[in-house]
Amino acid sequence: MEKKAFKGLTVLSMASVLTLAACGTDNNNDEAGATGGNDAGGSGNNESAENNEKEDVTLDFMHLWPQGSSPDHYRIVSQIIEEFEEMHPHVNVELEVLENEQYKNKMQVISSSNQLPDVGMTWPAGYLEPYVNGDMFAPLDDILDEDGLRDDFVAGTLEAYEMNDNSYALPLELNIAPVFYNKAIFDEYGVDVPETFDDFMDAVETFTENDMTPIALGNRDRWTGSLWYMYLADRIGGPDALNAAIDRSGSFENEGLIEAADRVVDMVENDAFLRGFNGLSDQEAKSEFMNSNAAMYLIGSWDLPNYTTNEEVPQEFRDSVGFFKFPEVDGGQGDIDSWVGGPGVGLFVAENSDIQEEAKAFVKYFSEEWGKYSVEDAGVIPGTQVDTEAVDLPDLFIEVLDELNNASNITLFADVQMSAGVAETHLNQIQALFGEAVTPEDFAREHEEALSEED
Amino acid sequence: MNRIMSDKKIIAMYTLPALLMILVLIYIPIVLTGYYGLMDWDGIGAMTFIGLENYQNLIADSLFWQSAWHSLLLAVFSVLSLVIYLTISVVLSSNIKGANLFRKVYLIPMLLSSVAIAQLWIRIYHPSNGVMNRFLLSIGIDNPPLWLSDTNLVLFAIFIPILWQYAGFYIIIYYAALRNIPGELMEAARIDGATPFQIAYKIKLPLIAGVIKVTIVLAVIGSLKYFDLIYVMTDGGPNGASEVMASYMYKLAFRSNDFGYGSAVGFFLLVLIMIVTYFIRKLTASKDDEVQY
Repeated sequence: MEKKAFKGLTVLSMASVLTLAACGTDNNNDEAGATGGNDAGGSGNNESAENNEKEDVTLDFMHLWPQGSSPDHYRIVSQIIEEFEEMHPHVNVELEVLENEQYKNKMQVISSSNQLPDVGMTWPAGYLEPYVNGDMFAPLDDILDEDGLRDDFVAGTLEAYEMNDNSYALPLELNIAPVFYNKAIFDEYGVDVPETFDDFMDAVETFTENDMTPIALGNRDRWTGSLWYMYLADRIGGPDALNAAIDRSGSFENEGLIEAADRVVDMVENDAFLRGFNGLSDQEAKSEFMNSNAAMYLIGSWDLPNYTTNEEVPQEFRDSVGFFKFPEVDGGQGDIDSWVGGPGVGLFVAENSDIQEEAKAFVKYFSEEWGKYSVEDAGVIPGTQVDTEAVDLPDLFIEVLDELNNASNITLFADVQMSAGVAETHLNQIQALFGEAVTPEDFAREHEEALSEED
Repeated sequence: MNRIMSDKKIIAMYTLPALLMILVLIYIPIVLTGYYGLMDWDGIGAMTFIGLENYQNLIADSLFWQSAWHSLLLAVFSVLSLVIYLTISVVLSSNIKGANLFRKVYLIPMLLSSVAIAQLWIRIYHPSNGVMNRFLLSIGIDNPPLWLSDTNLVLFAIFIPILWQYAGFYIIIYYAALRNIPGELMEAARIDGATPFQIAYKIKLPLIAGVIKVTIVLAVIGSLKYFDLIYVMTDGGPNGASEVMASYMYKLAFRSNDFGYGSAVGFFLLVLIMIVTYFIRKLTASKDDEVQY
């Protein structure tokens, strides 16, 4: 009885394997035929004929744009994968999608057991560092040098993923942080776009006198407050002061950096920010801005779709949103075309992947295609250069892209620049500074201590 | 059937899978945590053995002690609130009108997930749109508290939903225990002229003493390792004012990439809970300890 059942099972499983295999070949033939029909299919056809002889492989790919929360991103990713699979019929891309925080946790857990997916997403600089030091990511310079891919990237983006003169990921996003403002509210109270920080503080005063919240800020997330501090540090201490303090060629006790912290306290004391900001998330603060309950909101350009193409946001509100550059501070050393920003996620290839060749081909293909689709379809500014003539984009978007091209400097987000441990200290100190729980001097000293412990 | 169950081999065969799972899923990770606690490890690259350095740092880490103090406060408040739950249960079990409805009311928070409760209370505490401050504004308080961003208030503001969340759990335990007391005892007491208060205090409470001890242990352990609402509502902030031991451990391991130190905190937490549990058992031990745990 038992033996019979076992036999039956074996037959059954073999049959199913055969059926699956048959389906696989069928599909391959169909797809090869389909690509043959395309203009671009000429080479694709040859390639797939070549690839048919290769052994079937599964490429694990982990990304962080779930269908629910980032439908546009998810759709483009799926589309690119589908195209890639058509061109490489022997490759089957297996997806795993996680939300931001879970993604980071999972990365850490699987890397400790050396089980990274063949291709995945990483953040630059401080986040990347331990992975590179632990030999987890493969250098990608070989594909960057193929077909001049290296030149496609906006200057400065690739560098954020470089360590020891190797590139370890291909950037997918690039962001700068403008101050978005509500033109209708500005008009209502007769406030002009501020050009200097004094103007800016006058505007803040006008709003508070009229019981209008000047700035929406959700500082429970902490990096949101860090943006304000970074801009002040840049405008007062110049573009190098903060970078130098972080890479230890300078110090956080630099006068300019302390004054920047001082100005933050000034702003808090003048009620510039949303009430209770230290306990509110960025999402909650954003909704205050989107409901026209606050006049200004400083956030990365990833939020642009909300003010341009997002159909769920009322047209009237979208029409009333503009942005301005963070004003210059009198006597400060920074200029107005210097931005806080930087690349977001980039694609890495796992060092221990069995199919590095395919993984690298995928990463290369992905970053090229992503550059084409992401601006128009998802409102993402990609790490590759965008031809603003060729795409149909809302004006506000074009303006930001132009500013990006004219930028005199882009200072990488502080918490990204720093190693994870120091970034935690920085973010905690930001919350403390905004909550007036530390003095600007102590704020600087805490940073110095955390940074010197790292050395 | 009975013969099978008395066969030692069979017993071993049946219990082994469960034992194996407990070993793999619980005891081995505990040992590993203690082991990682001896390492300098970012969770990604190579580990370096540093002996007890992490534990020494722990002793000197003011942030850790701050979070430990918050966990302790939560434990104290949880135990104190058991008195309220017990009182409610005594009232409910004495057949008052609408007892059924009230039981359901108290039980409902148990049906919600922690994240849903956190989201709900985030809205209640919203500084300008929240129910709480709307109410305070409407009765003429101009500057209502900033519940989740005031460093002096935030901890207590979070305790309220935590205690509310577990009310149903404890009430149902007490209620079941009180219901199990034979009615003749109360009847006899009433015939002897005991007041309802005397019945509650002299008869009901001693009879469910074992259950009360269990709930104290549960409340203390639960508080010391508490994590979820705090993580969602404030992320330990602002400025560490609502950090507890478990959230601090999480941040060390997953945010600061300090796996070794995070593991040390986790292991310390385990030892601490074991010690506290031991002492609670000692303090509340009596000869007729009916309930074993």
